[in-house]
Amino acid sequence: MNFAFSEEQTMMADVVRELLARECGSAALRGQMSTACSFDRERWRKLLELGLSGVMVPEDAGGLGLGGADFVQIAEACGHACLPEPLVDHAGVVLPLLADCEGEAARAALTQSLETGAVIALAHSQTPWIVAANAASAFVLPGPDGLRLVPGEEVRRVQQPGIDPLRQLFTVSAEPAAGAEIAAPGAMATLLARAAERGAVFAAAELVGLAQACVDLAVAYAGERRQFGRPIGANQAIKHHLASAQVKIAFARPVVHAAAALVPSDPGALPDDIEARARISHALLAAGEAATLAARTALQVHGAMGYSWEVDVHLYLKRALSLTQRWGGPEHHRQRIAERILSAPIGPDRLFPQVAEETETTPMKRTA
Amino acid sequence: MDLRYTDEQQAFRAEVRDWMAANVPGEPLPSFDGGRAGFEAHRDWEARLNAGRWGMVTWPEAYGGRGLDLIRWLIFEEEYYAAGAPLRVNQNGIFLLGPTLMEYGSEEQKARFLPPMATGEEIWAQAWSEPQAGSDLAAVRAKAVRDGDSYLLSGHKIWSSRAVMADWAFGLFRTDPASERHKGLSLILFPLDAEGVRRQAIAQINGETGFAELFLDEVRVPAGNRVGAEGEGWRICMATAGFERGLMLRSPARFQMTARRLVELYEANRETCGPAQRDAVAEAWMAAEAYALSVYATASRLIAGGRIGAEASLNKIFWSEMDIKMHETALAILGARAELLPIASAAGDVGRWLDGYLFSLAGPVYAGTNEIQRNIIAERLLGLPRG
Repeated sequence: MNFAFSEEQTMMADVVRELLARECGSAALRGQMSTACSFDRERWRKLLELGLSGVMVPEDAGGLGLGGADFVQIAEACGHACLPEPLVDHAGVVLPLLADCEGEAARAALTQSLETGAVIALAHSQTPWIVAANAASAFVLPGPDGLRLVPGEEVRRVQQPGIDPLRQLFTVSAEPAAGAEIAAPGAMATLLARAAERGAVFAAAELVGLAQACVDLAVAYAGERRQFGRPIGANQAIKHHLASAQVKIAFARPVVHAAAALVPSDPGALPDDIEARARISHALLAAGEAATLAARTALQVHGAMGYSWEVDVHLYLKRALSLTQRWGGPEHHRQRIAERILSAPIGPDRLFPQVAEETETTPMKRTA
Repeated sequence: MDLRYTDEQQAFRAEVRDWMAANVPGEPLPSFDGGRAGFEAHRDWEARLNAGRWGMVTWPEAYGGRGLDLIRWLIFEEEYYAAGAPLRVNQNGIFLLGPTLMEYGSEEQKARFLPPMATGEEIWAQAWSEPQAGSDLAAVRAKAVRDGDSYLLSGHKIWSSRAVMADWAFGLFRTDPASERHKGLSLILFPLDAEGVRRQAIAQINGETGFAELFLDEVRVPAGNRVGAEGEGWRICMATAGFERGLMLRSPARFQMTARRLVELYEANRETCGPAQRDAVAEAWMAAEAYALSVYATASRLIAGGRIGAEASLNKIFWSEMDIKMHETALAILGARAELLPIASAAGDVGRWLDGYLFSLAGPVYAGTNEIQRNIIAERLLGLPRG
């Protein structure tokens, strides 16, 4: 039992944080807000140069073969930076899904994406709006005949204007026979269910990262802004708001990390039991609440500035609003919690059911 | 990171479980704050625990412990609470003063005080607060005047938990009369039956006398009862407060068991519950899980050589607020019966929720109010300017 990241895991996330600090600062984000497509190819290329797209693709498929515990701090960093590009979905959900498919078509698309950085987007009923579909070169589309991989040119994309100025949302459709089948209807359900679990875990990580970014922004502002002859952050009313937000974050983060540890390096080995599902739902709920509270607190601490376009708080607020409703939304996840506590044993000895042994996998490749 | 217990850890869990099954009293003991009989019954339980070397598993063997790491401590606590074992009457000693002595005490002090603390022969009370020194603890006025090889302790301490029946207390005293605020304070141990100590019980909102006022009039104690150097008292007490707010005082298993009882209460009263109660029960379970996961993460960090500092304040806020919410949820499920005492003929399965609710309300107050904790988080963790 060791619930701490290895040095390697933290170092890898530090490299991503440093890159994002250089490439995804406030000025860069603001430069993208006015463009029709806020997907920055150059930043995407630099992120992928770190090997990030294949981080959870098995080694025999050309990836790094790592697990959720290796990726979770990276996803947090993406949230903290309010990264416009859908790296978390791409590396955390879509490419592992392709690696989880049988057959040549999926494998060829996976290999090509790993080599070229081509964005592949997934249409999933739990995330009806596809982020950055305008930058995707191929789509994974569920249909009555199974899961299909469809080239971008055969897909109709309809933009659905949304509130996040850094992400464009789309609905997509294609002819039933377009592209190639990558999974039969039976296998599709399992693949999509696993994708939803991974999506929820890493969206939770993004939410924790952006919650912390909100507190960081507000702390910096409260230290500078002076009223009544002193920094507003010297007032207990401000301190207590921010401390409460930090408490929420502190008790969401370990849940997210434990949920991430359930995601194995082999995408097909994701545990499918009621306790694992509840841990993932808990992670998304706790992270969503932390992000919502932190964003609202940041707005309040900034006063009128917080309600202005000029300050970055609204970027985080809007991203939080988007992410909390993805992958099923809070009510869906509350139901899964209720199902778990009312139908499976609970108590201190069920905190870490030995899930990994039951599925015969190691949750993480690298252990400290 | 590896979130699986080793075979050895699982075997340890089984060992604790077996011992608890054979030794935990079948009926709950009467409250240790309700009278001498309950207090002594809890003292006897401490002796029994210690005879099995389960008193404090993290302590070195020389002091009655097993020298185990914090993960095993967590496993022990999980089995302890799952077995319904009694609350620890000597918690001020074993969870607060014990770790403090381990870090700051002399070898003589450790040898003298730790073994009887582990067995429950000497039950401890904390004597820090004074009528004018509550949240502003540095305003302590009680003094310790050096007289040869002794100190003479005088002053007025208050809100001293267990002090009505405890044997010893650890107090914060001003050893330098010219000093102000945090300077010139020392931590000194004194027996509560010494000449010059007058205890006055204070009735709590549940009617029990869980704490006392202490009036000290030139109480003579050997100078060797001072822990650490003269003037180091503040620093040492803040370390103790870290233990108090941090891991030891409220181990996660206690709340995980509360969550389990809450789910059982919900299931038993499902017909009169709606979605609001379902959600509140789910929240309670999630909060207990989150607290437990956080403590496992902290324990892993401490085992790797880290230290716990101001983040202990995050814990204290979280568990105290969680505890109140859990009990409020139980009362909401009980509905009209919530106000009935268990002895009422119409009480049904009210259990001890009302009692627990009242006790939970003290959580945001003791061990440093949650307002003080929020100041600590804001200033020391987040770096906001001091007011």
